[in-house]
Parts: sequence; structure tokens; C-alpha cells
Amino acid sequence: MSEQTTPASGGAVAAPPPVGTVRLTINGTAHEVQLAPWTTLLDALREYLHLTGTKKGCDHGQCGACTVLVNGTRINSCLTLAVMHEDDDITTIEGLGSEDNLSALQQAFVDHDAFQCGYCTPGQICSAQGLINEGKAHSEHDIREMMSGNLCRCGAYVGILAAVQEVVNKK
Amino acid sequence: MNSFTFHRATGVDDAVRETTRHTGAAYIGGGTNLIDLMKENVMRPSYLVSVAKLPLAAIEALPDGGLRLGAMATNADTAWHEDVKSRYPLLNQAILAGASPQLRNAATNGGNLMQRTRCLYFYDLATPCNKREPGTGCSAIGGFNRIHAIFGASDQCIATHPSDMCVALAALAPTVRVSGPDGERSIAFDDFHRLPGDQPEKDNNLRPGELIISLDLPAKGFSKNFSYLKLRDRQSYAFALISVAAGLELDGTTITDARLALGGVAHKPWRDQEAEQLLIGQPATVETFARVAAQVVSTAVGQGSNDFKIELARRAVVRALKQAAEGSQQATDVFQNSNP
Repeated sequence: MSEQTTPASGGAVAAPPPVGTVRLTINGTAHEVQLAPWTTLLDALREYLHLTGTKKGCDHGQCGACTVLVNGTRINSCLTLAVMHEDDDITTIEGLGSEDNLSALQQAFVDHDAFQCGYCTPGQICSAQGLINEGKAHSEHDIREMMSGNLCRCGAYVGILAAVQEVVNKK
Repeated sequence: MNSFTFHRATGVDDAVRETTRHTGAAYIGGGTNLIDLMKENVMRPSYLVSVAKLPLAAIEALPDGGLRLGAMATNADTAWHEDVKSRYPLLNQAILAGASPQLRNAATNGGNLMQRTRCLYFYDLATPCNKREPGTGCSAIGGFNRIHAIFGASDQCIATHPSDMCVALAALAPTVRVSGPDGERSIAFDDFHRLPGDQPEKDNNLRPGELIISLDLPAKGFSKNFSYLKLRDRQSYAFALISVAAGLELDGTTITDARLALGGVAHKPWRDQEAEQLLIGQPATVETFARVAAQVVSTAVGQGSNDFKIELARRAVVRALKQAAEGSQQATDVFQNSNP
């Protein structure tokens, strides 16, 4: 994005948001989006690109529902600006598998009943994919520790752990 | 979040120049703390200078046997770097004890030093806070202060520095290399952060426009006898109530060198060099550690809800030193089965 955006006025009424063209590569597809610089990656995905698989939970990096993969590495999309990712390859839950062709983790989550309401699930799966990409977690203890950035309000942790462990063990 | 102009720095000089010439400018690295503070309207920079993509992410050996940690290396890449794991395992353990994998993947080393306190009143715009709005008062003094400082606080601020990584760094004593309008300079790690005094709005001793370039670790890493002990309300993904970074060098059972720093207790990572001197020359026994721990907390002052931290700190110092002397695995037993 270019730097020539205009700061809002200091008056009581907010100035209209200055926008600029931001180029994002999401799930292998290049997009050009008109965004204000303060648009988080999460809001860009959901509100501008209509990729609503990524969820907004706490919006403060505490719950992990917004987890996506940036160049294969998991981060909280709520705590980063879209404009910071013009050169990156971003993968969301929509890019990991499809209805007809579930990823190994998606299938394992189904097989192990690893959700109830399902709201945290895209973040859990993206986070687990990041965990597998990192290759640091092997034991149950490691997986618990390295999935601690993803909360499940339904408490489906037993199933989540079993699903992640199954895919980790296959590696 | 307030509106702002975004500028992606093209180099260190460009970053420093842009930040210096725009009133209200701020650097952004990983953004994991700054963006949260902006969402809460605690920080409202009008001009953001992104330094995340600057070529400052290398981790490389130094001629003096030390290790240079680039300011833009992520916390995760730093923790898992082979040289950090083998030569500075105290730093590896401290980083992995903090935050979550997602946050460690985004957060940078420079940003870790620059993160702000998690004092609840600092975040709450409805309450006075001298750090957020100088002169308005401190709501934590006499308020809910369970997480607050027991060392080095002032009558204007009792906030703590929240980092785990910085507690290990305080013990390892790197120099912080910075670049600013007047060129480069190096700051001893212990002089980087500051106590609140009568200027609690200032977290550190950086001058306007200065950007952290690297952390230069000395050769000595205390890789054989070390401990990072972190005590918190839950076993993972929580800030420290008390943490202790301990490093020992032993000749037989005699302590020949020592490092001791505490986290969660002060406005800065709390290195206690008097305690280190007390340890040197003494036998590595629980009796020695208990005597030193009593000395460490002799200057502690509770604020009411956090009085428990004084006894907790005393006991944590004993346990961390004991673990360091025994070369035993860390109490948090993070990755006990497979890593590092």
C-alpha cells in the first residue's frame, strides 16, 4: 500500500477512512482490496474478501479463533494489519481443504468429535496445522502446551487433543 | 482504533527519519501488543512506521564469541534457533514460557522489549493512570493490585514489566544496539528499562526516534546450570506472578559466577547484582540459597493484594537456584519429553 493516506481530522466527527490498494494473496489467489491502513487482517478476510471461515472471538489475541497461516506460520489475524502482509502467502481454513476433500486435520476433527458449536474450530485447525508445520510437538504434553493459544468454550479439548495427536503421529 | 498513516520503512535510516519528523509517530514490528493497545485507545499513534520487513531478523555469531539477535527476529525463531537452544537455553525456556505459539510467531525481539505493562488500570480509560495520562493519579495504589510491583515502585506507579524473555535477558546481560537521529549507540540491558520514579509514562531510556537494531549476547550463556521458573495462575498462556531467571557457574560445589533476575515484580526486569555477589564463592546449597533469597526480598514492599508475592518470590528464588545448581529440567516442564 502506498503511504499517501490522509490522517483523519482532529474534530469530533471522524473523517472518512482513507483507503488504499492492498494486494493480498489468500489461499493462492491474488486479491486487490481497497482498505484503510487500520484494517486488521481478520477484518480484511471477513468483511472485504468474505472469507468468513476465519472467526472473530475476542479480537485481542487471547482466544485463537482468528488463527491463520502466514507463509505457513500460524498467527492471530486480529493482531496484525492487512497492509503488513502484502508480500505474504496467507492460508485460511478455506484453503486447507474443501467439502469434498477434507484435509487430514479436518477429517480427524470430524472423526474425534473435536467440537460442539464449532466456532473455535477453524482457528483450532489452522493452529494445529501450524503446530505440525513447526514440527516441535510430539507428545500429548507438547501438543497441550502448543495448542494453549486456542480456547474452546464448549470444552471439546479431549477430542481436539485426540484429533491433533492422530495427525501428528502419522507424520 | 484511531486513524493513522502507514509507512513501510525502506531501511533503518528511512525508519528513523520518518519517525523523527512526524509528531505522534511510532514503530510497529509484529504489532501484537501495539495493535491491541490501539484497539483499546490506550495508544493512538498518528503515523505508523512498519519496521517488520527490514533486514534485521538475522541471528548470527559475533567475533567475541557472543550471539547477535536481530531486533526483527520473531520470538519463536529466536527460541528455536540452534545456537540459542544449545548456548542460551535459559533464553529458550523463558521465551517458550511466555504468550502462545501464535503470538511468539508474530512478536519480534525488539517488540518484546517495547511491550507495555498489563496493569489493568493502564488499559482502562475510565480510571486515572499516571503512565497513560501523567498527573492523573495511580488507581492501582489502593486498588486491585494483585499483579503489581513489590520492588522499585514509586508513589506514582506500581506497574510491572510483563515480559518473560526480558527476565532471561536481564540475567544474560546483552547490550541493546539502537539507531537514532544521532547515529548508533549501545545500551547495557540493565539500563534499557527504567523504574517509574516521577515519570511513569517512560518505560525505558530510549531517546526520541531511536529504533532497536539488535540484542548482542555475551559469550557466557550459563548453559549448564540455569533455571527459568515461572509461577502463574494457570500452567500455560498466562503472565507471571513471579518468575526467576537463574544462572550459575560451579567449580565442584562452589559457585564461581551467578546471575539472578526476577520478573513480575517491578517496572523493569529486576536483576539483583547484590544477590549475585552474595552467591559467588559460596557452596551451592539450599542454606546458601535461602540466605540469598531472604536478602533479595528484604527490600520488597507489598501493596495489599500483592503481599503474597514477597514470600512467593523468596521461595521461588530458592527453588530456581536449586534447580540451576542441580542442572534439573525446568519447573514448568515445558517440552519435557522431547525438547529442546
